[in-house]
Amino acid sequence: AVTAAVYHSSAAVRSHGGGASSVLPDGLDRSSDAYARNADAVGGLLSDLRSRVLQVLGGGGAGAVKRNAGRGKLLPRERIDRLLDPGASFLELSQLAGSDVYEEALPSAGIITGIGPVHGRLCMFVANDPTTKGGTYYPITVKKHLRAQEIASECKLPCIYLVDSGGVNLPKQAEVFPDRDNFGRIFFNQAKMSADGIPQIAVVLGSCTAGGAYIPAMADESIIVKGNGTIFLAGPPLVKAATGEEISAEDLGGASVHCKVSGVSDHFAQDELHGLALGRNIVKNLHLAAKVTNVQNSVCDYQEPLYDVQELCSIAPSDMKQSFDIRSVIARIVDGSEFDEFKKLYGTTLVTGFARICGQPVGIIGNNGILFTESALKGSHFIELCAQRNIPLIFLQNITGFMVGSKSEASGIAKAGAKMVMAVSCAKVPKITVIVGGSFGAGNYGMCGRAYSPNFLFMWPTARISVMGGIQAAGVLAQIENNKKRQGVEWTKDEEEAFKAKVVEAYDKEGSPYYSTARLWDDGIIDPADSRRVLSLCLSASAKPVPEDTKYGVFRM
Amino acid sequence: MRTARRLGIPTVAVYSDADRAALHVRAADQAVRLGPAPARQSYLNAAAIVDAALRTGAKAIHPGYGFLSESADFAQLCESEGLTFIGPPPSAIRDMGDKSASKRIMGAAGVPLVPGYHGADQDIELLKLEADKIGYPVLIKPTHGGGGKGMRIVQGPDDFVDSVLSAQREAAASFGIDTLLIEKYITQPRHIEVQVFGDKHGNAIHLYERDCSLQRRHQKIIEEAPAPNVTTEFRAHIGKAAVSAAKAVGYYSAGTVEFIVDTLSGEFYFMEMNTRLQVEHPVTEMIVGQDLVEWQIRVANGERLPLSQEQVPLNGHAFEARIYAENVPRGFLPATGTLHHYQPVPSSTTVRVETGVEQGDTVSMHYDPMIAKLVVWGESRNAALVKLKNSLSNFQIAGLPTNIAFLQELAGHSAFERGLVDTHFIERYKNDLLNSAAKASGEAHDAAARGAMLAAACICRKDHIISEESLRDKTLSVWYSRPPFRMHHSAKRLMEFEFDKELEGSSDELLKLLITYRSDGSYFIETEDGSSPGLDIKVDDKGEQDFRVDIGGVQTDVTLAFYSKDNSKHIHIWHGKHHHHYRQTIRTEELLDDSSQPNHVSEGRSHPKGSVLAPMAGLVVKVLLKDGAQVDDNQPVMVIEAMKMEHVVKAPRAGYIEGLKATAGQQVFDSSVLFTVKDKSTN
Repeated sequence: AVTAAVYHSSAAVRSHGGGASSVLPDGLDRSSDAYARNADAVGGLLSDLRSRVLQVLGGGGAGAVKRNAGRGKLLPRERIDRLLDPGASFLELSQLAGSDVYEEALPSAGIITGIGPVHGRLCMFVANDPTTKGGTYYPITVKKHLRAQEIASECKLPCIYLVDSGGVNLPKQAEVFPDRDNFGRIFFNQAKMSADGIPQIAVVLGSCTAGGAYIPAMADESIIVKGNGTIFLAGPPLVKAATGEEISAEDLGGASVHCKVSGVSDHFAQDELHGLALGRNIVKNLHLAAKVTNVQNSVCDYQEPLYDVQELCSIAPSDMKQSFDIRSVIARIVDGSEFDEFKKLYGTTLVTGFARICGQPVGIIGNNGILFTESALKGSHFIELCAQRNIPLIFLQNITGFMVGSKSEASGIAKAGAKMVMAVSCAKVPKITVIVGGSFGAGNYGMCGRAYSPNFLFMWPTARISVMGGIQAAGVLAQIENNKKRQGVEWTKDEEEAFKAKVVEAYDKEGSPYYSTARLWDDGIIDPADSRRVLSLCLSASAKPVPEDTKYGVFRM
Repeated sequence: MRTARRLGIPTVAVYSDADRAALHVRAADQAVRLGPAPARQSYLNAAAIVDAALRTGAKAIHPGYGFLSESADFAQLCESEGLTFIGPPPSAIRDMGDKSASKRIMGAAGVPLVPGYHGADQDIELLKLEADKIGYPVLIKPTHGGGGKGMRIVQGPDDFVDSVLSAQREAAASFGIDTLLIEKYITQPRHIEVQVFGDKHGNAIHLYERDCSLQRRHQKIIEEAPAPNVTTEFRAHIGKAAVSAAKAVGYYSAGTVEFIVDTLSGEFYFMEMNTRLQVEHPVTEMIVGQDLVEWQIRVANGERLPLSQEQVPLNGHAFEARIYAENVPRGFLPATGTLHHYQPVPSSTTVRVETGVEQGDTVSMHYDPMIAKLVVWGESRNAALVKLKNSLSNFQIAGLPTNIAFLQELAGHSAFERGLVDTHFIERYKNDLLNSAAKASGEAHDAAARGAMLAAACICRKDHIISEESLRDKTLSVWYSRPPFRMHHSAKRLMEFEFDKELEGSSDELLKLLITYRSDGSYFIETEDGSSPGLDIKVDDKGEQDFRVDIGGVQTDVTLAFYSKDNSKHIHIWHGKHHHHYRQTIRTEELLDDSSQPNHVSEGRSHPKGSVLAPMAGLVVKVLLKDGAQVDDNQPVMVIEAMKMEHVVKAPRAGYIEGLKATAGQQVFDSSVLFTVKDKSTN
């Protein structure tokens, strides 16, 4: 049986064996139309998702992959596999970043990032894909690289950079080079993390030209592979143009030069596999650098949920209008489907309570309808509770927004919403957000949207995200447009419909999870059935070594 | 020692420095060091052994099977020091120790001897007459010397005179004396020996015979009792002859009378008598249901034999296979190494394993390379043979080459199954025995590939367990749940296996396997190039290295062993009747820049052309040529001794010797360069 002894809360005394009152009911009507319809619709979404992923797993295409193999090089995901502990999991982030952002395809934004254990230490991997535009940095590539560093910095994960990149993509330099969150920020982050004692390790498996040269140079420890690995500020063509010196890439910045003469690299690898093996060795010797968990909240012995996680696909609504009880989702994510609800009878459109995911304690906040003043107050209270007790928070978003209208405004909903935003912003506990349905308006904010820096944010394929619904936006915009045109010619019904349809179409496109994930508004789209697994990995990665005190700003009372 | 313990007799073991922690030392109640590793300074040092007995207050000495067990002087020494020698009387040892004296005594006692002429009169006409009398083919042998020099097999009277003349010349040149003897040449001999036992009251009986015909390098490798394909009359006849032999020398304790049997005529002739308990005595114990060591102790104690000849039962059939550390493809050369994995087949009432080693032990070059004796018993020869084959396939050794696979081939050979044995068996069927794997190379390849797939699945499982167990931070265990998580795809792993073809010694093959972790925790394994259909394998771990694998509902036990040697990880797998050995290159250690340390990695693999490597680790006994000397193709250059055997190292081609540094008495290591043969002398 699961032991509750280490559980933090005095409020959450759990009963076992006897009357397990906190076990959630199944909550699914398998004979309903909606059940079958959703399963069908989500099934379609998932097969579309998998075919998109399959596409990006192929990197820059068969030709480029073959050329890469011809140089004795592995693909970035294979490189990561060789570094990971055998049989260990890898939480890849933003697989579909860069999709349909540029005219040319940029699978996975040309860089693979994710978290996995090496010698029992969780590490953040950042691996250039040399088969995609030579591993050069597009704006979205930089964004993905910086996001990985942000997570590493927040979760105190040693960083392993598998470098094989031509540096800044020159045609796109204006959006890559100069700004604060551009290319230069990579090295700034390396310096800051190193200063924080977060190990920075570079394995140079290919070229590392110009700015890219700073990745190994800024690393705490670096490895370079004979033959393939080169590090230089300017490559042979530029050197010839600048000084007339004619020199091969290997002689200019190869492994021998940097390990024996310049000292830019520390470890000489005979070949790629040797280099990756050396990378594992470095992690083995990190000893106590960076995070060492000393808060032991987890239990190792836990129960799986009572209900099939696969059924989450039948719960995920195929259209936004359809409502569902978020508890049926929680029942399929938490250990033993046990959920100790907090303030169950108050502000019922927001569900809050305590549970465990793979033994790790969590506080869960899930939407069960529009946020009212009471729901927002309940949410703020619960966030404060979790922050106080150092319990990570999980937000399950399915929110069309805060309630509008005179009654609502008069109840001070803006004030209540502000309290929730204040609590979310300041709570110093790990926060993980999963958008399972809609994510609209200020609801996105109160429920820890991207702007609130959750440690991780994932979407289900059923998610939609925008400031408001497409139809509502079309209505508002049509009204404004109509007002502008009032002096002139009247709109025909057809013209108005055409105008609205255009707005709806744009919202549809931009509200799609693919549009979001391509731009890194999230950390990836997940299969609903993987939710529990992904959450458990995220919780483990973001566990705080030492609880941090939360300090709030001024709550408007 | 087991027997002594059963009888309530405390034991003292003696040991050399090489055996400080050996099994026999630990099994004894007390142990005494004799001296350094070389046998001459330890196990052959009679005074030290007697001293050990006196120091510990021992009453009797059991001399074992080798070393001093047939030394009359040692037996005498024991007696004069007041210790009981658990063995025959010194006089009998002496009588039987002298080959020509023993034959004289046997002849007098009416024990059949190989027909021959041993006279001093060397007149060629007389010799020819004697040869005619004996009947062709005959063997001409110089009376002095040995090593095959001057020996001639003569098929008929026409060649006789020429053969005698050339034999005389060769004998004179080699030994200075040209006297010859003539014996009947037995074309298809069997080696059959009879176990005899006598007591100090003048009783002697036999315990049936053993067939020890299967030999390589003049050492027995499979023995059986009773001898196959012999009649009851023959059995009674040969047994009686053996008893007469024992009685002729006033024998007591255990002894073995060896006969050579002419399979064509069915005649048998006395060869010699071993005045000790032999290594292969357990096969006799199995069929008569007696403990012969106990008999030895009781006889030494003055008791009468426990059974009379009529009371000796003959029950079923027993085989003994000797498991050696040896390199079969390299002409059965002894091998050395560490027993990284050693799991003999479990013992039972019908399967006995006698072994002096344990996992982790080193088989050194100082003594006999025998690792174990496997003895099995069955109701019939067929039943015993089935058990022998099964026991061999479950006898797990990894770390050094062994003859197990060869023994399996031998036991499975159709002629052996029919009991058609003689001492030329291995030589005659050499091709069948050594190349059967090569003949069915497609099949062998498939079996090796399948073994690799099983190994890959078990390694994945094992790695998983290791990762999980070595996890200091248990909160990270979610990262190791099965199957490993990947976002929207399955985790894969590529594994490379280089395989060794043990019996062939031919070039290695590289197999690349792609493993896909299935959502149900099983592994889908296929060759990377997709050349063979994949397998879905489920693995349950049953212990540290034991697994139960399930392929399409068929479950099999699998054992794996791992060790690292020479920059490689070695993987052994036993599944069903198969044993496979694979290597994986280890890449974790710091390999240095090749320009700074040339050939660091390839050392031991590539040597300059014409290099001659030590065929095994050993002691240089003789260096026949000087560095820089001219040599002919195949000319002996030096002699190395290892495992009690001498090996002549010959020049691989004509030329000049270079780099010959070894001197007599020096130790050389396996595969170290002894010298190089160059076209021209550079000196």
